[in-house]
Amino acid sequence: MTPLADGEPLVRWSWIGDHTDELTTLTLHHLKLALLPILFGLIIAIPLGIMCVRWRWLYPPTLGIANIFYGLPSLALFMLFIPYFGIGSGGQADFTIILPLTLFSLSVLVPNVVDGLRSVPDPVRQAATAMGFGTLRRLVQVELPIAVPVVIAGARVAAVASISLVSVGVLIGNGGLGQLFIDGYSRDFTTPIIVSCVLIVVLALVSDGVLVTAQRLLTPWARTRRSNG
Amino acid sequence: MIKFDGVTKRYPDGTVAVDDLNLEIPSGQITVLVGPSGCGKTTSLRMINRMIDPTSGVITIDDEDIRKKDPADLRRGIGYVIQHAGLFPHRTIIDNIATVPYLLGWDKKKARATAMELMERVGLDLKMAKRYPFQLSGGQQQRVGVARALAADPPVMLMDEPFSAVDPIVRKSLQEEFLRLQSEMRKTIAFVTHDIDEAVKLGHRIAVFQVGGVLAQHATPDELLANPAEGFVREFLGGEKGLRRLRFNRELESMPDEDATGEVEAAER
Amino acid sequence: MNLVDQINQAWNWLTTSAHWSGADGIPHRLLEHLGYSVLALAIAALIALPLGALIGHTGRGGFVVVSFANLARAVPTLGLLLLVVTITSIGLTPVIIPLIALAMPPILVNTFEGIRGVDADIKDAAKGMGMRGPGVLMKAEIPIAMPLILLGLRTAAIQVVATATIAAYAGIGGLGRYIVDGLSRKDYPSVVGGSVLVVLLAVAVQLLFIGIRRTFVSQGLRGSSRTS
Repeated sequence: MTPLADGEPLVRWSWIGDHTDELTTLTLHHLKLALLPILFGLIIAIPLGIMCVRWRWLYPPTLGIANIFYGLPSLALFMLFIPYFGIGSGGQADFTIILPLTLFSLSVLVPNVVDGLRSVPDPVRQAATAMGFGTLRRLVQVELPIAVPVVIAGARVAAVASISLVSVGVLIGNGGLGQLFIDGYSRDFTTPIIVSCVLIVVLALVSDGVLVTAQRLLTPWARTRRSNG
Repeated sequence: MIKFDGVTKRYPDGTVAVDDLNLEIPSGQITVLVGPSGCGKTTSLRMINRMIDPTSGVITIDDEDIRKKDPADLRRGIGYVIQHAGLFPHRTIIDNIATVPYLLGWDKKKARATAMELMERVGLDLKMAKRYPFQLSGGQQQRVGVARALAADPPVMLMDEPFSAVDPIVRKSLQEEFLRLQSEMRKTIAFVTHDIDEAVKLGHRIAVFQVGGVLAQHATPDELLANPAEGFVREFLGGEKGLRRLRFNRELESMPDEDATGEVEAAER
Repeated sequence: MNLVDQINQAWNWLTTSAHWSGADGIPHRLLEHLGYSVLALAIAALIALPLGALIGHTGRGGFVVVSFANLARAVPTLGLLLLVVTITSIGLTPVIIPLIALAMPPILVNTFEGIRGVDADIKDAAKGMGMRGPGVLMKAEIPIAMPLILLGLRTAAIQVVATATIAAYAGIGGLGRYIVDGLSRKDYPSVVGGSVLVVLLAVAVQLLFIGIRRTFVSQGLRGSSRTS
C-alpha cells in the first residue's frame, strides 16, 4: 500500500502540467463555494450585529447560538442540508455547501461586528451625538467605519476556515479542489493530494492577504498594531 | 443667555443629580460650574444640549425653551468640547474640524477654508490638516476639539473639563489661549471643572455646586474669594489657607504683564 | 423532503433498538470516537501546553509560533489525513498522528498568547516580591492566562472531534462511520442520524468546557476576549 516504497516520488511534477485545466476549473469552483458564504455572511451579520448593539438583550442568546455553530463539525452540517439541495456539484447542489458555511461565517462575523461597534470610544460617540448626528447618520458615518478593522479581522478568520472546509464536501461530490484528495487516495497516488493541499493553503493565504490589504486601504487612520491574525 | 428654571434631575433609583437649579448664564461671558464629583455640574451642562433631559423644570436659551427644537438641530447650534476630545479617529484633522459645517450642508470648500482659519486661531500648524488624530499629542487634540466646536460659529459653547486630561504646562497655555480667543469671540460659555484654580482663572462668574446637585454659591471670582458662603463653599476653596492662596494668585494674574496675553487678561478682569 | 420529515427520519433511526447494540451500535461508535478524541487531545496538550508556556514566558519565537498557527489553520484536514494514510498505511496510528498535529496549533497559540499577554506590571510585582522565574510562571502567569489556555483546549477539542468524524473515510471507527457508510449505501437515515449524533457530541464538548471554565477560572478573570 505504500506507494513511496515502489519508487514513486511524492510529487510527480508532470502531472501538474497535464492537468492545468482541471486544476483551474476546480480552483474557481472552490473559490465560489468558499467565498460566497463570506459575502452572504457579511450582508447578514452587519444588520444583525447592529441590532444586537441597539437591543442589548438580543446579544447573549445570539452569541450563544453563534458559539454553538462555530463548534459544529462541518461534515455533519453539510449532511443535514442534503435533503434540501441534493448531492453533487453545480446548480442547486452547491447550496448544500454554501448555506452551512454561511451559518459558520455568521458565527464568526456577528460577534466581530458587535465587538467592532463596541470598540468605538465613548467620547467619540458622545461627541457625534452632541454635534447633532442623528442615530442612523452616526452609525453609517462614524461607528461602522471605525468598526471596519475588527470586522475584517473576523472576515479573515472566516475566509481561511471556509476555504479549508469546502474540501470536506468531496464526500458528497462537491469539494472543489478536495475532489483531488479522493482521486489520489483511491489510486494510491500522492501527487493530486499534495497539489490540492498546497493550492488550498495558497488560496487561503492569498485571501488573507487581500483582506489585510483591503483593511489597510479602507482605514488609513488606524495604526497597525500586531501583525498577526 | 442660558437660564435654568427650577430644574431637577432625579434618576429612577432615587439619586438626585440636580436639585431645583435656578441659574442664569449671561451672554458673551464664561460661567464656570465647579464642584466635587457627584455635585451635578456635568449633568447640568449636558441638560443644556439635551444629552440628558430634566425630570422637571425648564431650560431656555435666549428665552426659547430648548425642548421646542429637534434635539439634533439644537445641538448643531451649540459647540461641545469634552475631556478626551472625542475626535473622529477615521477622519483627518481638517475634516474633523469641519464636521458640523458638513452636517449643516455647507459648501465643502467653504467648510474647509473655515476649518483652516480656525486651525490658525487655535494655534495649530496648518501642516497638520491632513493628519489623523492618532498622530497628534493630547494638547494638540484638545485644540482640534475646540476648533471643531467653533467651526459653525455657534453662539453657545459647552465645555466639560476640556483641559483636565493634559499636563499642567500644556493646560496653562491652553487656558491662556482660550481666554484670548474668548476676548475676540465673546461666546456664551458654560465651563465645567473640578479645579477651583481653573475656575477662578477662567470664569467671569463661578457657580459652586455641592454633592446632591445643589447650587451653593453663584458669584464673580472676586466676590467669591472675598465672601465665600459658610460651610461647604469655604471648605471647597481650601479654608483660610486656600483662600489666601487663591487671592494671592489672582493678584499675581492681574498684575500688568509685558506681553500682549497678559494685558488682555488684565483688561478682562 | 422537508424539515419535519427529516426530523422524523432522524428520530426513527435514533430510536431503533438495533442501532444501539453491537460493534456498529451507537454506544460502541461513541466510545471509539471519544477514545480517538481524548487520546489525540491529551498528547497534543502534553506537547503544546509546556511549549506554548515556555515560548510565552521567555517571549522568544513568538512570531514563528503565531505565523505557523495561522498557516496550520489553512491546511485542509481531510487532505492531510488522506495524504498520511496514502504514504504510510491504513490503520489507527496513521490517523491519530495527523489528529494530534491538527490539535496542537490552537493549544500552542492560545497558551502562548495567554502567558505573553499577562500584564507586565503583574510580572514585575511578582518578581519584586521575590518570586523566581518558574514561580512567576506557575503562580502568576498560568492562573491569569487560564481563560485563554482553556479556550485553546476547547478549540482543539472541537477540531479533534470534527476531524475524527471525517477520518472515518480513512477507515477508522467512530460516529463518522454512520455518515461515510450511509453515504456509500445511500442509507440517508443513517447519514442524518449520524450527523445528529455528531452535533450532539460537539455541543456536549462545548458545554463541558464551559463548565470547566466556570470551575477553574477565577471570578476576577471573567470576560476575556476571543482569540483565534
